[in-house]
Amino acid sequence: MDRSPLSLEQLQDAFTETYPRYTENEAFVEASRCLYCFDAPCIKACPTDIDVPTFIRKIATGNVLGAATTILESNLMGHSCGRVCPVDELCVGACVLGAEHRPIAIGRLQRYATDHLFGVGAMPFEAAPPTGKRVAIVGGGPAGLSCAGELAKLGIEAHVYEKNELPGGLSTYGIVVMREPVAVSLEEVEFVKRLGVHVHTGVQVGEDLDPQRLIADHDAVVIAAGTGKVPRLGIPGEDLGGVTDALDFIAATKMAEKDGLAHLYDVRVGREVIVVGAGNTAIDAATIARRLGADRVTMVYRRGREEMPAYDFEVAFVRNEGVDIRLLTQPVEVLGEAGRVTGLRCVRMALGEPDDSGRRRPEPVPGSEFVLPADQVILAIGQEKHLDLFAKFGVEVTHGYVRSDAELRTSNPKVFAAGDCTRVTGHALTVTAAQDGKIAAAAVARQLGVQVPDVPPGVPTGRPILTQPERPAGAPVGGASG
Amino acid sequence: MADLSIDFAGVRSPNPFWLASAPPTNTAYQINKAFEYGWGGAVWKTIGDPVLNVSNRYGAFEFGGNRLVAINNVELISDRPLEVNLKEIAEVKKLWPDRAVVVSAMVSSNPEAWQRIVQQIEDTGADAIELNYGCPHGMSERGMGAAVGQVPEYCSLITSWVTEAASIPVIVKLTPNVTDITKPARAAIAGRANGISLINTINSIVGVDLDSFELRPNIGGKGGHGGYAGPAVKPIALHMLSQVAIDDEVKAAGVPISGMGGVQTWRDAAEFLLLGATSIQVCTAVMHYGFRLIEDLTDGLSNWLDSKGACSVKEVIGASTHRVSDFGDFDLSFKTVARIDEDKCIQCNLCYVACDEGAHQCIDLTVDGARIDPAAYAGVRASLNAGVGPQGPKPQPKVREEDCVGCDLCSLVCPVEDCITMVEVPPERGSVTWNDLVRTRPEVTTDWDAMNAYRAEVGIDIH
Repeated sequence: MDRSPLSLEQLQDAFTETYPRYTENEAFVEASRCLYCFDAPCIKACPTDIDVPTFIRKIATGNVLGAATTILESNLMGHSCGRVCPVDELCVGACVLGAEHRPIAIGRLQRYATDHLFGVGAMPFEAAPPTGKRVAIVGGGPAGLSCAGELAKLGIEAHVYEKNELPGGLSTYGIVVMREPVAVSLEEVEFVKRLGVHVHTGVQVGEDLDPQRLIADHDAVVIAAGTGKVPRLGIPGEDLGGVTDALDFIAATKMAEKDGLAHLYDVRVGREVIVVGAGNTAIDAATIARRLGADRVTMVYRRGREEMPAYDFEVAFVRNEGVDIRLLTQPVEVLGEAGRVTGLRCVRMALGEPDDSGRRRPEPVPGSEFVLPADQVILAIGQEKHLDLFAKFGVEVTHGYVRSDAELRTSNPKVFAAGDCTRVTGHALTVTAAQDGKIAAAAVARQLGVQVPDVPPGVPTGRPILTQPERPAGAPVGGASG
Repeated sequence: MADLSIDFAGVRSPNPFWLASAPPTNTAYQINKAFEYGWGGAVWKTIGDPVLNVSNRYGAFEFGGNRLVAINNVELISDRPLEVNLKEIAEVKKLWPDRAVVVSAMVSSNPEAWQRIVQQIEDTGADAIELNYGCPHGMSERGMGAAVGQVPEYCSLITSWVTEAASIPVIVKLTPNVTDITKPARAAIAGRANGISLINTINSIVGVDLDSFELRPNIGGKGGHGGYAGPAVKPIALHMLSQVAIDDEVKAAGVPISGMGGVQTWRDAAEFLLLGATSIQVCTAVMHYGFRLIEDLTDGLSNWLDSKGACSVKEVIGASTHRVSDFGDFDLSFKTVARIDEDKCIQCNLCYVACDEGAHQCIDLTVDGARIDPAAYAGVRASLNAGVGPQGPKPQPKVREEDCVGCDLCSLVCPVEDCITMVEVPPERGSVTWNDLVRTRPEVTTDWDAMNAYRAEVGIDIH
């Protein structure tokens, strides 16, 4: 394991954003393809209800600032989401042009619009006058920032406490730079701060700040703490040099990109790398290892292809990067010499009966052990839950996550939860975290007696809400002239 | 393979496609090249009085990402010396005896000037003269071009000066910048024109720059009206062509019409033929794509004629003119309704919003056959499980045929081919036209009480 063998030029190629920003004409041409559907399915497929046809039409008319405003009205994390959303599962997957034509590149258009707004430094929103209410948000990732920004818009003083040196959560530390450079995440933070949000970094709630004190000192608290480090595998050899936490590995490349790509030489990478796990983080870690110049990168996963949490497009992408995926393979021991990793002893697995999660339980095949040589083993087998923190807040927990209702209230009436720390099922996405932040902010505001604009679910802002009485089918219709 | 050749007032060309008098016909170099590509004829860029041109003389109207949906220009007639043009015309005609070489001309409004230019043109051996009564900019301010075309008396007078002096056919090119195109057409016939061509360009300002507030095209900080041409003007050209083609005086004179205005493809050309044009002139399409267009123009037209069983282009000229009618003669009992092919429908709901807000409120959004309120209906939702994609039904637009007035808007906005069709349904009453009513029941056409009584009598129910 050593510094990258690649030239700086090669690293620059490997670590710049995969998709360049659309030119004005490219954006116009793509936006002009949009049919401008009425009651469009892309709006409904967006977890934050972005009025997609409206923002795309605004791009087509040259009102790019207005397009970005439409996006950010529904999603204060829209600058990140345009880059990181799995759009094929969401808006693009719902595009009516998808079935027999080419769906609209909604993510890239969204990015074009928000890049413009952040580029000119515009602030389209005005915070309501101060209400005198004060809310603490634990965690400065997408859920916490979205919540804080929405609260600030309502005139509620929002204090975000972030344990890391930089705010932004996974947008800053966890999304590979080819999808989202750190600057994008930090621009988004600055935008929220301009709405009046106070962001306190380097403050670990539970260590530096007493959760009960936080509850006492604020009108409400929102826990948006996300999840923690990658847990240990619990096999021998795990403390050998060269065993790496995937999140730390990715974060190191994020910080290198922020400080100048030459800092990528500070990130240690093996020549033969094994990534344990098959989720989004594993995919990202494997990609990074290849792009830093690893000769061979192998992902090992104890279940089968069907059970892999990664999206199809991610699997296709990582295979295209030259990463080998070994399914039904379970690590049993990290091998080493002189304190350094030399390989990973694995056992082949077979799928048995479904387990609690409904997925078929993998079971070792006796006598099938084998060794994969490696000088780096990257662990991406999930993330620890902040159970200590939840306990200090005294909120109920379910399956390791904060128990919350549809309005994201916890068992403590003054405490709410948003984002990955309360997401018991389904994929933890930036966009769902952003929506959680909105939901929690609205619930907090209502609880504090602050007026929240009445927008029924599924109907984005900026679109008139029908107030006319229903006209029964077949009833006389309106004037037919002209 | 159909015979594409035409005879236009004695001028023959191997196909009906002529280059219009415009920048593509400015030089012998261009016209020789065009004839090599196969163009049937060319109308030389207007020669006449001395001029000087400006820069930024063209402007474009763009729409939906399409360049040159129309072009606007303030270019004048040929700015090359008259003797150079005359020499080159003679050379071209000598090289291409089978092609139509027509010379467009425009000089000051006096008989001597016109008769002089006629003589000079005839000396080149050209096949015909086209009188430019259409140019709407630059020349009209000097009493030429549209200034003549807009006053039937001038049009008739100058045409007669030319026809008296000319031994070759004289074609009068009309300006569309008039309220009734038949007036100058009749004036041209009164002046014994041998053919009519239309339309010249339309007065236009193509745009304003939103940064500098300058007009487009910007000519040193100024701008002004220019001539508008290209695909966007085709419907206007077709209308004016049809009005001239069905005019009794024009028909009685038997003069052929050369049609132009937005012809890009053989399909456009076929429409001009069907509405009475004998030759087709093309300019903007060539300015955009070059002379090579002629290959598909002739090939496509020939294949279309073959598919219609026509042996010759002459068989389709004017074949649709008998259908050109007026509102007063339309059958008021003719009825269609919109039908949506749900297998083809992609549920974009453009028909719904167009009908509900822009027309007559007879399309519903439905789920499982039941009408839903789009503002309140959840519909498709994101699935947060990998590989599943968005889930849930998309509402299906459905027409309430009993309320459908057959306006056709839904099928026009539908982006899917053959998804919404207008289906003719049996008429609910006997054929009657507005003009019939004016003749037989005049009170119905002037008095609402009588109209209401008439509707009740024949069963017309308008909500």
